[in-house]
Amino acid sequence: MDKMKDENISAMCTCAVGEAGRTGDWRSFRPVIDHSKCIPHQKGKAACFLCWLYCPEGVVKATIPIAIDLTYCKGCGICAEECPAKAITMVREEDHE
Amino acid sequence: MSRVEIMTGNQAAALGARLARVQVVAAYPITPQTSLTEALAQFIESGEMKAEYVRVEGEHSALSVCIAASTVGARAFTATSANGLLYMHEQIHWAAGSRLPIVMCCVNRGVGAPWTILNDQQDSISQRDTGWIQLYCRDNQEIIDTVIQAFRIAEAVYVPVMVCYDGFVLSHTLMPVEIPDAERVDAFLPPYRPHTILSEADPRTINPVMFADPRENAAGVLGDGYMEMRYKLAGALTEALKTIQDVSDEYARLFGRNHGGLLWEYKTEDAEVILTGMGSIANEATIAADILREKGVPAGVVGIRAYRPFPVEAITHAFRKAKSIHCLEKALSYGFAGPIYTDLRAALYGSGCEAAMHDYIASLGGRDIQPDTIAQVVFERVIKPEADGRFHAPLWINCRTE
Amino acid sequence: MPETLFKINAKEYILPGNRSCQGCGLSLAYRMALKALREKTIMVIGPSCLCVLHGLYPSTAVMVPGLNTTFASAGAAASGLVAGLRALGRDDETVVAFIGDGGTFDMGIQSLSGAAERQTDFIYVCYDNEGYMNTGTQRSSATPLGAITSTTPLLAKEEHKKDLVRIMEAHEVPYIATANPAYPIDLYDKFVKAKKIKGTRYLHLFIPCPPGWGFPPKDTIRLGRLAVETGVFPLFEIENGRFRFTGRSRALAERGHKIPVSNYLERQARFGRMTPAQVQVFQQWVDRRWEEYVRRAEADAKHFSP
Repeated sequence: MDKMKDENISAMCTCAVGEAGRTGDWRSFRPVIDHSKCIPHQKGKAACFLCWLYCPEGVVKATIPIAIDLTYCKGCGICAEECPAKAITMVREEDHE
Repeated sequence: MSRVEIMTGNQAAALGARLARVQVVAAYPITPQTSLTEALAQFIESGEMKAEYVRVEGEHSALSVCIAASTVGARAFTATSANGLLYMHEQIHWAAGSRLPIVMCCVNRGVGAPWTILNDQQDSISQRDTGWIQLYCRDNQEIIDTVIQAFRIAEAVYVPVMVCYDGFVLSHTLMPVEIPDAERVDAFLPPYRPHTILSEADPRTINPVMFADPRENAAGVLGDGYMEMRYKLAGALTEALKTIQDVSDEYARLFGRNHGGLLWEYKTEDAEVILTGMGSIANEATIAADILREKGVPAGVVGIRAYRPFPVEAITHAFRKAKSIHCLEKALSYGFAGPIYTDLRAALYGSGCEAAMHDYIASLGGRDIQPDTIAQVVFERVIKPEADGRFHAPLWINCRTE
Repeated sequence: MPETLFKINAKEYILPGNRSCQGCGLSLAYRMALKALREKTIMVIGPSCLCVLHGLYPSTAVMVPGLNTTFASAGAAASGLVAGLRALGRDDETVVAFIGDGGTFDMGIQSLSGAAERQTDFIYVCYDNEGYMNTGTQRSSATPLGAITSTTPLLAKEEHKKDLVRIMEAHEVPYIATANPAYPIDLYDKFVKAKKIKGTRYLHLFIPCPPGWGFPPKDTIRLGRLAVETGVFPLFEIENGRFRFTGRSRALAERGHKIPVSNYLERQARFGRMTPAQVQVFQQWVDRRWEEYVRRAEADAKHFSP
């Protein structure tokens, strides 16, 4: 095996995305955004962004339009629950395609 | 300029730590270590020693403080005895697995229950499997020299070092000690370079949970499994055999005192009967060897200085001509035999050494042991040989066994 | 000065795809805390959910230097980092211990007390999910009365939650605060404030745990709010001995009414065995503590008036 080896004499982890793998695979439900209802999208400027604030995983991007990284979103549903405009719906993965 | 002063073993150890320019001390008082801890507090509060002194609330915390301080790159020192050592047992493993060059003095004392405050070596012996280097000192001069050498050894191989010496017998007994010159010590001890990475630019999480098997990280670098990490530690202890000897030899050249490195020998050139032990009892054994010689028994002593790593090669060489070996123990692995006896038998098996081996539990909990008692017991064994190489249970000397 | 959502540090310090559960209260709290603490932070972590969130060798999800230590030793490890950094002349790094209720209330209480008593200059954060959640929801002394855990499976916990805040107050530390990821800006502000203070700073975080407490992950924020609305977990600061409610708890204390605890308890399966009598005992405990805090807030406002 000619892979590079960690030569350190004690265990010291390096930073990596996806330390637990593709956590998007954990989902049973995925968040779907209706941008027409989304407040910053309607206003065309920074506003609300509570979905970004409350996401435990930090996978919601506070951009216009809002973007959610579905590779890693675990589908907890907090964003849908907390959105004051009810712009996010949790849709069953099987029903989504 | 070096000078000679009369001091106790604890004072010698404290001075060794001070000369080594220790940067963080965290120690909890326990008899018979206490005056070592107090001496360091005195040095630091008076400004004679520039170090952070963390007055921890217990021994487990004492070693935890040293581990963290050593991780960021500070030279760290602690000391304890008996139940204090046992209280920090989990952290003793942690320090070795973290590969941190911490130096700890173990002022040997028997462990409870029942309580004793007096000397034996059960405390440090019970820690022999943790991956620490263990060095045993026979007198106060050796204590100050070994504490200094310990930092050099530890920081070369990244393994923590336990400097052991007998409680009360050495820790509280006054002896003349030559204090090494501070500038020479500075030249002997280069600054500590930590291997740990704690940096903004490369943020690491240190000592996480590991899987059994090697795993690749995101960049394709193969990381160890737990067993590989342990293999590396084992390798470092093996490497330390040479380091301990080299450091001892270099120290002898610079400071004029040679404590033997891995082990020392007394009149072994023509010895058929070899006594062996660790610490002050090995010193007593030299007097017993002289008494035996007066009785016509060609006796000598091998003093084991490095108990871990166990110096198999040096031991095999030192005992090669012995016809009988007499192990003077201050500890016992209950249900088996004394630590020196069992490790010696394991090391010598198959080496060609055909000596009869005898195990003596010589002193526990401060039971006094005199050279003439040692000489008497060994003499009786030597003149009435049931001599064979088989395992025999230890003889408890100087103890009411009926 | 309170921040608004748009002014908080936009940088993310936790990489996605980590091992925390869906809807983990700790994930959100840690995310906000790290934003507030920013750079030059060294974290001490214990064997706990956070250890797993940080990741298993060879990778970590957290872009902050972290030192794992044993269960009992967080306070001592932090003390060692502080001492080592000081000995090396490095004085611009903040040492933070981010430890669960097990490592704070139970096994770690001695080393925390020792560190606080020595006025160690560090931030100690207890993230309180009210049990040993990483190992499967065993009971801790932070588990509330009436909760089912794997070691109180049938009788449910018979003792009230230990009051760690009062224990920390007894150490006369300069800053104590409670915080809750359901109020993330309040949490963020408290970390920003704590970072600037010297001495031992103690932050106690309320961490809803979906699998451990038995509620759907989408309700983490709702539960956090209910804890505050019922007075189960009031938001406050104690700065140099002065007690002040903050955020929603202040509004409740000054002009609102807290709602009955049943609103909070009925949403969690762990309280499913509580009898009405036990709910009443729980309500009385919450009421008594709330009234003590309200009296304290009024008294301190007068006593410490500028």
